[in-house]
Amino acid sequence: MALNTPHKPTLSDRWQDEARRVARGVRLRVLGHTLKNNGGYLSQACSSAEILATLYTGVMKLGPSQAPPVPLPFPGSPGPHTPQCFTGALYNGPRAPDLDRFLFSPAHYALPLYATLIEVGRLAPEALDQFNQDGSTVEMIGAEHSPGMETTTGSLSQALSQAGGVALARRLRGETGRVWVFMSDGELQEGQTWEAFAALIFYKLDNLGVYVDANGQQCDGRTETVMGVEPIRERLEAFGARVVEVDGHNPDSLAAAAATHPRGQGQPLVVLGRTDPCRGIELLRSRAPKLHYLRLKNDEERKAYQEAFARLQQEVR
Amino acid sequence: MIEVISRPHARNLVRWAQDKPEVIVLSADLTGSCEADDFQKAFPDRFFSMGMAEQNMMGFAAGLAREGFFPFVHTFAVFLYRRPYDQLAMSVAYPNLPVRLLGFLPGLISPGGVTHQAIEDIAVLRALPNMTILECGDATEVESVLDLAQGVHGPVYVRMLRGEVPRLFSPDEPLRLGEARVLTRGTDVTILSSGICTEEALRATASLRGRGVSITHLHVSTLKPFTDTTIVETAASARYGVITLENHSILGGLGTATAEAMAEAGLQQKLVRLGLKDTFAHGGSRPYLMKQYGLDALSLVGAVEQLLGASFNLTEADLASIRLDTVHPRSNVEAL
Repeated sequence: MALNTPHKPTLSDRWQDEARRVARGVRLRVLGHTLKNNGGYLSQACSSAEILATLYTGVMKLGPSQAPPVPLPFPGSPGPHTPQCFTGALYNGPRAPDLDRFLFSPAHYALPLYATLIEVGRLAPEALDQFNQDGSTVEMIGAEHSPGMETTTGSLSQALSQAGGVALARRLRGETGRVWVFMSDGELQEGQTWEAFAALIFYKLDNLGVYVDANGQQCDGRTETVMGVEPIRERLEAFGARVVEVDGHNPDSLAAAAATHPRGQGQPLVVLGRTDPCRGIELLRSRAPKLHYLRLKNDEERKAYQEAFARLQQEVR
Repeated sequence: MIEVISRPHARNLVRWAQDKPEVIVLSADLTGSCEADDFQKAFPDRFFSMGMAEQNMMGFAAGLAREGFFPFVHTFAVFLYRRPYDQLAMSVAYPNLPVRLLGFLPGLISPGGVTHQAIEDIAVLRALPNMTILECGDATEVESVLDLAQGVHGPVYVRMLRGEVPRLFSPDEPLRLGEARVLTRGTDVTILSSGICTEEALRATASLRGRGVSITHLHVSTLKPFTDTTIVETAASARYGVITLENHSILGGLGTATAEAMAEAGLQQKLVRLGLKDTFAHGGSRPYLMKQYGLDALSLVGAVEQLLGASFNLTEADLASIRLDTVHPRSNVEAL
């Protein structure tokens, strides 16, 4: 564990403040939304808020959003008869040889991703009114038409292989932009993840970096009780990846891992962010180890979460 | 006499891809077995060995296709859809990416036994939105299928042939999307065959014509979309009925597609579907398996006898002695 990785002041304080503001905003929005809808993927927001915030404010080189702030309705699925289809990747800016790309793997983290996009100004706050509404692209488990998503990865572990293909293509084209993947640690249980790492390392794709939200949680409860994936760092290093294990709530450490990753040595980067699935919302801890999806059971609980929301609101201000 | 071409895909892929730098070949440890070895030698920078990891290979293919490359994925047919089905569905088919899936040894062609026999691939992939499904029946189709696949905006699955492949159709008559080849026209029965079953069917139809049976014979290469109006037209004109013969389960493949088309057109004709009758097969030689599971020429003769209520007393020896020539379907429809 590297929860107390020392602060490396390699980047200016301005973006750090921004990353922390974004992370707080993500928790607040997701909690607010969970209250409004009587349920939501809250623990994922608690664990991933700083990782997503840091990716968007301190790591990824993205151009301005190319998509409408309020998302368009579902245009149909891609196919020969749906030329009107669009990609959620437009929220991550244009494609250009020197710009980075972002592939978002655990699609059930959609709500934290939408909240991040709102906080960094790529999506309008009203977009969340469409969350899980019929005919909307702001889906509960997003797909490639959903804001911020380029691939359809609700069936977990499929993004990394696709990112490998994108990274290989970019290298063939001589592009300098990098490919970033956000993953959850539960996805390390899927065989495809390991097939993908083998290939990334075999083809020395050092233009690809993976941020793992290692919150130790999955649908059935604590990962160590469902199917062990540890030691993650050693496993990945044995495959040949360059693994940097950091406190996943520390924007500095998260960003420094990317900033200091050497290109030209043929190693893909894995930033293993050790996270707390209840960070920022202590009340959630009483639900452990079942944290995957929070549904409020009664008025008493609802009241408690409303109070937590009010406290968080104060902090954000 | 029928011409047999050795390893037509190996040579053709190199020739075809020569001036197409965006064409990339992926292989899952079956490079020589899928005749991609000549390409590997000719264009090592465009060949990527993905190892025995088909799920990941689908994702890499999808990522490359998203960036404007055209990945031609080479492996045995069975390993393209069974093991990596979810990846094929969500990473490739859903985004409608131009990934070309070349599946070798479809159906009972494989001597490798049940694990290697793709007997429900067409059924599975016909149900998958955005997929185009093609099947090669001879060397000419192997040589022309790449152009055809490349013209499709979306994923394409091809049942490929390898090794010693007969040339049934003139090289001047390449594969065409959505167009069945009309090999003969007649009035008693309409036979639709696909893939390697067409060579079998040709032996049967030649013998049956000698016994006075008037046959329409179609060779079908586009299994999805299944929109060729010739199929329903010729089925409608068959006095005694329609027979399908395929190197696949009778559930979900050519037979089912024909049944759907006939039913939707309101046809009353009887339909006999020949193929694997909802059963797995096992390891063995191709002639043994085709006979055992009713995909051979004699099985087709039996189906015609059934529809006509006749008996022709044809033997395997009668059928084996049939001399096949290259077919020129468009230039001379009546002759064989």
